[in-house]
Amino acid sequence: MKGSKAKKSKNVLPGFGLSMGFTIAYLSLIVLIPLAGVFVKTTGLSWNEFWAVITNPRVIASYRISFTTSVLAALTNLVFGLLVAWVLVRYRFPGKKIIDSLVDLPFALPTAVAGIALTAIYAPNGWVGSLLEPLGLKVAYTQLGITIALIFIGIPFVVRTVQPVLQDFEKDTEEAAVMLGAYRWRTFWKVIFPELLPALLTGFTLAFARGIGEYGSVVFISGNMPMKTEIAPLLIMTKLEQFDYKGATAIALVMLIISFLLLLLINFMQWRISRRTIAE
Amino acid sequence: MKRLAIVRSFVLILTFTLVLAACGNNSNSNSNSTNSGNKETPAASNAGTASEAPSEKPKDPVELLNVSYDPTRELYEKYNEAFSKYWKDKTGQEVTIKQSHGGSGKQARAVIDGLKADVVTLALGYDIDALVEPGLIKPDWQTKFEHNSAPYTSTIVFLVRKGNPKGINDWSDLIKDGVEVITPSPKTSGGARWNYLAAWGYALKKNNNDEAKAQEFVKELFKHVPVLDSGARGATTTFVEKGIGDVLLAWENEAYLSVKELGPDKFDIVYPSISILAEPPVAVVDKVADERGTREVAEAYLQYLYSDEGQEIAAQNYYRPINETIAAKYKDQFKDLELITIDDFGGWKTAQEKHFNDGGIFDKIYTPGS
Amino acid sequence: MAGAVTAHLSQEASKRPKHITESAGVRWLLISIALVFLSLAVVMPLVSVFIEAFKKGFDVYKAAITDPDALSALRLTLFVALIAVPLNAVFGISAAWAISKFRFKGKNFLITLIDLPFAVSPVISGMIYILLFGAQGFLGPWLDKHDIQIVFALPGIVLATIFVTVPFVARELIPLMQAQGVQEEEAAAVLGAKGWQIFWRITLPNIKWGLLYGVILSNARAMGEFGAVSVVSGHIRGETNTLPLHIEILYNEYQFSASFAVASLLVMLAVLTLLVKALFEWKTNQGASHEKLN
Repeated sequence: MKGSKAKKSKNVLPGFGLSMGFTIAYLSLIVLIPLAGVFVKTTGLSWNEFWAVITNPRVIASYRISFTTSVLAALTNLVFGLLVAWVLVRYRFPGKKIIDSLVDLPFALPTAVAGIALTAIYAPNGWVGSLLEPLGLKVAYTQLGITIALIFIGIPFVVRTVQPVLQDFEKDTEEAAVMLGAYRWRTFWKVIFPELLPALLTGFTLAFARGIGEYGSVVFISGNMPMKTEIAPLLIMTKLEQFDYKGATAIALVMLIISFLLLLLINFMQWRISRRTIAE
Repeated sequence: MKRLAIVRSFVLILTFTLVLAACGNNSNSNSNSTNSGNKETPAASNAGTASEAPSEKPKDPVELLNVSYDPTRELYEKYNEAFSKYWKDKTGQEVTIKQSHGGSGKQARAVIDGLKADVVTLALGYDIDALVEPGLIKPDWQTKFEHNSAPYTSTIVFLVRKGNPKGINDWSDLIKDGVEVITPSPKTSGGARWNYLAAWGYALKKNNNDEAKAQEFVKELFKHVPVLDSGARGATTTFVEKGIGDVLLAWENEAYLSVKELGPDKFDIVYPSISILAEPPVAVVDKVADERGTREVAEAYLQYLYSDEGQEIAAQNYYRPINETIAAKYKDQFKDLELITIDDFGGWKTAQEKHFNDGGIFDKIYTPGS
Repeated sequence: MAGAVTAHLSQEASKRPKHITESAGVRWLLISIALVFLSLAVVMPLVSVFIEAFKKGFDVYKAAITDPDALSALRLTLFVALIAVPLNAVFGISAAWAISKFRFKGKNFLITLIDLPFAVSPVISGMIYILLFGAQGFLGPWLDKHDIQIVFALPGIVLATIFVTVPFVARELIPLMQAQGVQEEEAAAVLGAKGWQIFWRITLPNIKWGLLYGVILSNARAMGEFGAVSVVSGHIRGETNTLPLHIEILYNEYQFSASFAVASLLVMLAVLTLLVKALFEWKTNQGASHEKLN
């Protein structure tokens, strides 16, 4: 920010100081200072204690569970999100507008509501649960249940990142591919898919990042079994309830770093994409 | 033109939100007091009890916050009504009691972190002991009211599906093949700690106090647990509403309540050969009560739990009354059984450290390879 | 977070000549798969909320949503959103202005910081305010001395909600304003317009729809937040329970129908929000074609 002063003089637009000042102040007050508390609190632990907390088998298991279910959910959303975006952008069918609005609903719906609704459906005596039970397939209170909750939470992210890219896709490129004799499938893989890839990756990472931290919808459906269906945010809650603030902040710190790195990755990808488009 | 459009759209959004807000406001006229109440209440009640005390007019209304654990919702709903009436008759002062419910440990943490509770009524002494260190409660709190400050007791029983299809009659039946047991996690739920200790006590007794065997039994027991909810209520919901498991280890009052709420044709209550005497204690949060000047009413509130009316209400809500006359009246409701107590475990502090702290026995039974 | 970019479904992209689209069969197959997926993953949970809500009849439903505790929760929820959303809108505009109209080092880093609340687990978002303002927290003793209650009271709930919804308006506006560039504003500045004039007359009209979309998204999220608010609320009935918390309480009291009834209220609020959004988009599309004439 300091280095910007020199450049600022080149710009005829006013308000840099005001807007930047307000932005930084607001961000610091609401986000950064409170988050810094996590770091400060963790320093109450020695390095060995910190390490012992975050490498406890139960904690490791919870990271693994959070991680695998989020990846699975994000992958599912990647495939179906692309499909939904494709259908919504490219085809015409009745009720399209409504379907398009539906995509935002998981985002607007309180996570707790999603949690109890999904549990009601997938519990062994629920609508779907009772159908799957005879097949020996258990959904609620298993990792599959967590994954389903995370799929629900993550859909809008993939669809909404892919949609605009697909929307702006030049017909000419596809035309050219067709002229050159490429089949539809080949056109998709060789021409369209590479263009969509950055958006897909972004959507994937967003859904993934959101999934790792998700709490409200998952606690209802997960069953909270240590080593099996216990997610990392729940462990933080558990530690807090045992008055173990330092332990809680240690796990929180690890999660914070993971989320920050993920976001940095997304923003870096987007920055590269926008550079490339400008270059073109 | 453009400017106009923008203004229009803002007006639209504003009316949208305002209409929504108004919908809420219209329906209840005393809304403002609830919304901004929290900040003003302490001051208001201070003025009410401290400075105006000697005046001849009826005292200003006072508000108490009772921070409690999950299964006491119904009990305190009834009791608060009775106490308000009693207090009004006695002193002419209006008292409103606000309730907060949640897992016992979570509630204690909230109080430590600054939730301004005048009284706490939690699941176990350990959670109230936790309030001593930050200076919220005096260390001798347990001597303030009769009977170790536990105005009612309870125990742990089994709730099984109607007709007891799996033939579960005692703790040893819980580890039979194919039996699924529902209990919340002892790490987060106070009730679950009583469950765990009752099971441990049974195993000790059966194996002539062999700790290794007891640990073996409890480990085996938790292998039969398919879902570990974080609180007692969550576990009950899993068992009764989601239809998971064959037996629920529950507070006696919680078991009776489920039978009453969800139909006597669905569940049976089974008393094991031995269980544990659970004493959910109560205490005035000294620091908050003194600050807000609510000590008098807060103490009366807890004391009244020991009165005949308080004991009746407890019994009606399936808590075992400690008053013997009332207990005799309800003796058909509460079966006599052999009960161990927390003192058999050397008190809560010892039990907590040995079994439930991180790295304790409960963690070990879940750690692979141990 | 860039996920929440406005996507206007223009008609153009779906008007395609035969040779660059799939055969009708494939098309309908894809549409069917998409619809089946959406109905399984999104529609079914929603429908189940309503079915469960009306399971015990309309009377139970009505009783649940007119219960004083439910109404006070609704009021609190709306009140919190009413504070949090405008604040975040102002922040979003300011951040987008700084980021999109000027060049400075560390821009990506700043954007990432703005995104952070989105990826932070809600549990952590609540916890940080406890660490800061709780009685055992850094500022706790001072606040206690001055009799200021932040956590377990309205301010804490508002703060947690603001935290969770910080990124939405900003993230909506940044790409939009970046795409629009600075030419129009610069021209106005050169012609002697003052800062606020430029903003009101040039920038705001250009970003109004993006702004509204961001506001709508933050509003939806603010009303529905559960995890973070749960940590800082204290769960005092009729006082610090928001609608999502009230739902959990009812659910824990064996009042399943009532809890779904209140949940359906939130679903309807969400649907209403999205309808408003759709309405605005429809108007934008009209506006867009209108503006092309200018």
